[in-house]
Amino acid sequence: MAGYKPVAIQTYPILGEKITQDTLYWNNYKTPVQIKEFGAVSKVDFSPQPPYNYAVTASSRIHIYGRYSQEPIKTFSRFKDTAYCATYRQDGRLLVAGSEDGGVQLFDITGRAPLRQFEGHTKAVHTVDFTADKYHVVSGADDYTVKLWDIPNSKEILTFKEHSDYVRCGCASKLNPDLFVTGSYDHTVKMFDTRTNKSVISVEHGQPVESVLLYPSGGLLVSAGGRYVKVWDMLKGGQLLVSLKNHHKTVTCLCLSSSGQRLLSGSLDRKVKVYSTTSYKVVHSFDYAASILSLALAHEDETIVVGMTNGILSVKHRKSEAKKDSFPRRRRPAYRTFIKGKNYMKQKDDILINRPSKKHLELYDRDLKNFRISKALDRVLEPSCTIKTPEITVSIIKELNRRGVLANALAGRDEKEISRVLNFLIRNLSQPRFASVLINAAEIVIDIYLPVIGQSPVVDKKFLLLQGLVEKEIDYQKELLETLGMMDMLFATMTRKESTPASDGLLENRIES
Amino acid sequence: MVEEEQAVRVVRCGGSELNFRRAVFSADSKYLFCVSGDFVKVYSTATEECVHVLQGHRNLVTGIQLNPHNHLQLYSCSFDGTIKLWDYLDGILIKTFTVGQKLHALYTHARAEDAVFVAIKKEKPDVFQLVSVRLPRSPRQDAEAEEPCLVLDYISPSPKCVAFGSQGEYVAAVRDFYLSVYFFKKKATSRFTLSSSGNRKHAKNNFTCVVCHPKEDCIATGHKDGKIRLWRGFDDEKKYTYTCLHWHHDLVMDLAFSATGGSLLSGGRESVLVEWRDAAEKTKEFLPRLGATIEHISVSPAGDLLCTSHSDNKITIIHRNLEASAVIQGLVKDSSILTGLMIDPRTKALVLNGKPGHLQFYSLQSDKQLYNLDIVQQEYINDYGLVQTELTKAAFGCFGAWLATVEQRQEKEGELELQMKLWAYSKKTQGFVLNTKVSMPHEDRITALCFCNAEKSESPTLVTASRDGRFKVWVLADDSDIYREAVGWTCDFVGSYHKYQATNCCFSEDGSLLAVSFEETVTIWESETWELRCTFCQRAGHVRHLCFGRLTCSKYLLGATENGTLCCWNLLSCALEWSTKLNITVMEPDPRSENVAAVSRSSGGSDLFVFKPSEPRPLYVQRSICSEEVRWGVFVPRDVPDAFTSEALQWLNRSQFYFLTASQSLLTFSSKSPEEKLTPTSKQLLAEESLPTTPFYFILGRHRQQRGEQADGASESELVQLPLTENVPAISELLHTPAHVLPSAAFLCSMFVNSLLLATEARSAEEMPDDVDMEEEKESDSSEEEDDATEKAQHAGHTDAGEDLLQQLSQLSKCEEKELRKLRRVDYSWVTAP
Repeated sequence: MAGYKPVAIQTYPILGEKITQDTLYWNNYKTPVQIKEFGAVSKVDFSPQPPYNYAVTASSRIHIYGRYSQEPIKTFSRFKDTAYCATYRQDGRLLVAGSEDGGVQLFDITGRAPLRQFEGHTKAVHTVDFTADKYHVVSGADDYTVKLWDIPNSKEILTFKEHSDYVRCGCASKLNPDLFVTGSYDHTVKMFDTRTNKSVISVEHGQPVESVLLYPSGGLLVSAGGRYVKVWDMLKGGQLLVSLKNHHKTVTCLCLSSSGQRLLSGSLDRKVKVYSTTSYKVVHSFDYAASILSLALAHEDETIVVGMTNGILSVKHRKSEAKKDSFPRRRRPAYRTFIKGKNYMKQKDDILINRPSKKHLELYDRDLKNFRISKALDRVLEPSCTIKTPEITVSIIKELNRRGVLANALAGRDEKEISRVLNFLIRNLSQPRFASVLINAAEIVIDIYLPVIGQSPVVDKKFLLLQGLVEKEIDYQKELLETLGMMDMLFATMTRKESTPASDGLLENRIES
Repeated sequence: MVEEEQAVRVVRCGGSELNFRRAVFSADSKYLFCVSGDFVKVYSTATEECVHVLQGHRNLVTGIQLNPHNHLQLYSCSFDGTIKLWDYLDGILIKTFTVGQKLHALYTHARAEDAVFVAIKKEKPDVFQLVSVRLPRSPRQDAEAEEPCLVLDYISPSPKCVAFGSQGEYVAAVRDFYLSVYFFKKKATSRFTLSSSGNRKHAKNNFTCVVCHPKEDCIATGHKDGKIRLWRGFDDEKKYTYTCLHWHHDLVMDLAFSATGGSLLSGGRESVLVEWRDAAEKTKEFLPRLGATIEHISVSPAGDLLCTSHSDNKITIIHRNLEASAVIQGLVKDSSILTGLMIDPRTKALVLNGKPGHLQFYSLQSDKQLYNLDIVQQEYINDYGLVQTELTKAAFGCFGAWLATVEQRQEKEGELELQMKLWAYSKKTQGFVLNTKVSMPHEDRITALCFCNAEKSESPTLVTASRDGRFKVWVLADDSDIYREAVGWTCDFVGSYHKYQATNCCFSEDGSLLAVSFEETVTIWESETWELRCTFCQRAGHVRHLCFGRLTCSKYLLGATENGTLCCWNLLSCALEWSTKLNITVMEPDPRSENVAAVSRSSGGSDLFVFKPSEPRPLYVQRSICSEEVRWGVFVPRDVPDAFTSEALQWLNRSQFYFLTASQSLLTFSSKSPEEKLTPTSKQLLAEESLPTTPFYFILGRHRQQRGEQADGASESELVQLPLTENVPAISELLHTPAHVLPSAAFLCSMFVNSLLLATEARSAEEMPDDVDMEEEKESDSSEEEDDATEKAQHAGHTDAGEDLLQQLSQLSKCEEKELRKLRRVDYSWVTAP
């Protein structure tokens, strides 16, 4: 007395990307807003405080954008040359930026003119950051030096000359005011302690370092350079934890998602990859139109901003979830009717009787259960089913054929219904995964409706279309066979040299896979 | 012991058909009887357990009926020409009546005093007679039945085609196109004929079964075209009427009226039980999806239960409200066995094709089906001429952790549908869970499937060989990502050999070598690198069986070909070791030893050869183990090794060989019949345990059980103490002495209790010197002088008792003797005290 067994819907492996919760999460953004800047966007930085404006550094300007604004709400343009690395302070009230001429400028986000100017670098300053105590600024420059500046009296406090090439990236610890790391084109990432006047940890990245990132806890350091993204365990004295090579070109920027669970990296190969920070596997990837130079995520991952070499700033906002609530909800029985008695604890001598749960059956299954075969077929030939889930339609046709009633189900249809069947056949007949089932169905249809051909121009047209399709398919198969023959010949000449039958098998295996 | 060993013989096992005849309910619906080969089986309707097996018939039992005059007795008839009367509650044979002819069916009814009706076969084939047999009322156990007297001639061989009327006034029988009713009072037969096959419209008008209404004069007949006809007024050949009920689209297999006659039940190939309320077309109820064709329907006399027997050797017990309540499932022998016999390494159950699309797990020890695993997972449509999806191959791997199955469906000239499924054993659910589904693993039929069962293989490996000329190696691969952990099977290697069809494959014991046969050639592949190592070719037809030697014979490879050659190749020298002419149909290696069993087909039947691959001489040969072809065989490892000492039978020590013949009977070799293994006590226990557990049982049963235990304990202690309480004068005196003359109870208590303690007293008594006896005598003397008249009277009684004791003493052991004397002594001390 097994219950009715629903029709097994043949599932086909979806080629390409698998749908995971990550793809769902990262695809849940609106179409990007494109903003044209004056030059390559070298840095995007979100204000850590509401309303989460962001500063975009491009060419000799720094633009401040609001969350949803298309136009800059503020511009700092007092640079003689290219500006670099406009970075917000933790409280979101100060902004510091380096410049091509070696100057470091500090702005109040409400003002226009720089509050402070730190002069001391002889070459372009590509990286600046605030230390955790908010009163100092760290800067790294192309003159191989790293300097620590005091904000109140705009003095240089310390200079580190340990790098032997351009210092292009840096990052201050968010916990310790004395620690910061810098990455340089000399392939090293160094962690400096202002209390010791020298680097405390130095790790060899292997490629010119383009970007560094410290985890909020300060325990892990991520460095990007060349095609590699490397994660270092700082608590173990800079031990390499994992080396990721998922980009085809130089990785230029790094960013952590707001939860800290995912790491994002942007690269010149026009891709942003999302890694899980537990397994360091790529869980998602975005494509952009141009090489990516900068990348930033807003609070709660609400916005992804990517700056590219062609001066385009791409802003993606998360889709709001409020929309669904606008639907008028159907009134359902109160929640307590469902949980009634659920929390009843079984007493010692009680005998628990479970009510058998009713199995939900799809509508076509209900029809098939009651042997309403034509109706079941009608149901799966609805356009909503045939377009979205043709495999269900094919599975039902297969099931009807197994039951030996496919001819009965297909017979006795009027013009509209038969054209619906033919439409489905025309669309899916040539698909290899459905072909075996549908060829059989097509034969039956032709057998049944052969006597009435010529009565309806609509159906006749469909039959002609089907015929054309089959002819085309036959030609195509012929071509394929020819190609296969050629390939066989090539393989035969290849394998003769090795002359082991095992490799023959291996090759076949490869072809099959 | 030696004699026993000589008597190893072929024994039938796996139970017989349960669906051969209609099952019969006991009057209280607690038990269900069904014929099963030479036995009658008594099942509990509540627990599905077999309570008794009534054995005594020497041939197939063909009919059972309750004794209408004593509903605790059961009649059975058999091909051996006897009718036996059983007490089914205790499983005792009461009487045997010898008729002398093969009996084909049995009928009883209350009106016919001490007479039963049986169907017998006349000399001519296919002509059956219904005769009544008067059973003599002799007190002897064996009796000759009186000469049968003819009731109806030319009846159908099927017992469903005869039915007795409500009051036993008439008997209805159907055959081909007519219904004949014999009236006992009138001694006349009326005959009603339907239009025969001459008319095309009524081509399938044949009668298939008949039943009579339990209250009214109404006969229901089932027909081949699916119609049910209800006949009324048949006492007049002119005025009879019939009404038609039609739902079944195929023939009506059986009909039954409910106990009150309020509804009619019918069933057929659709495997749907139809209940016709008030015998009307409109008020139908259905119980669908019963699994297989309904062969028989029977209703309990009490009317609360009914049961259907199915073609897949199953009886479904159904509650009156059409809810299936229990299933009694025997070994399914319905379908042709394609998977062969296998042993589930976990449950040690025999595994083979079961219901359509299922794999059945059958416990050979308890002789019952454990469960059915649904492999195909499709709604089963039972219709004539429909091509079903067949389960063709199955194999267990990795000690029962994996199960691979192959199912296929091919319509005539249609495309082959092939699917391979891999099932993982889940410890949580204690069952197999589908892990990987591969559709079209090969382009043609899969001919062989084998797992690498080496103990130290790192990843499970499966090899499939197919007629498309390829063999594929499947390995378990890690399919997990960061969200979940999963494993799945993927194809690792595809091998072929000159585009020959791959016919068989086999792994060596250590898993290092794979042998694949391609038609006439056997190829050996290394499993590490999948390189072809060597080939053997004997030019003696396609290789049918292939197996590696085991243990000490692991360097040999055996192959049996279609042309009747058995070859043994040495893998070290890559040469033929020996070969012999033998038309082998089954070749099975023993998993516990080097032995290989081969069954060959010869003109006289099938012969069994057991041999070691290392030497061409067989260890054991048994000619003509059965007359038909043996299809499949398997070695079942024994739990406890048997101890055959004779050399010829040592191959049976560690494993038992089971084989399946072409007619689906499962046979084995045994020195004793499997029934003897079940001791009577265990059967008794089974009977008690299988009583139904009703709510009342929960309330009262436990209580009663405890009381029963107490009573048991008490009875045991009584057994020990009974002589004590009766014979020991101490107690009787204590009980008879007036209370006011006794010392305080506290004073007496410890003494009294001590007197009841046996063991410790016995010890002390042994240590006591012999002169105690003397003292006793003295004391008794003194007490006699002091006591008054009443005391004397008592004393007289006492001495009597004492004499009794003395008489007994001669019978009792010395230790007990002493003990009793001691008791006497203790007893006197308090009598003298006041």
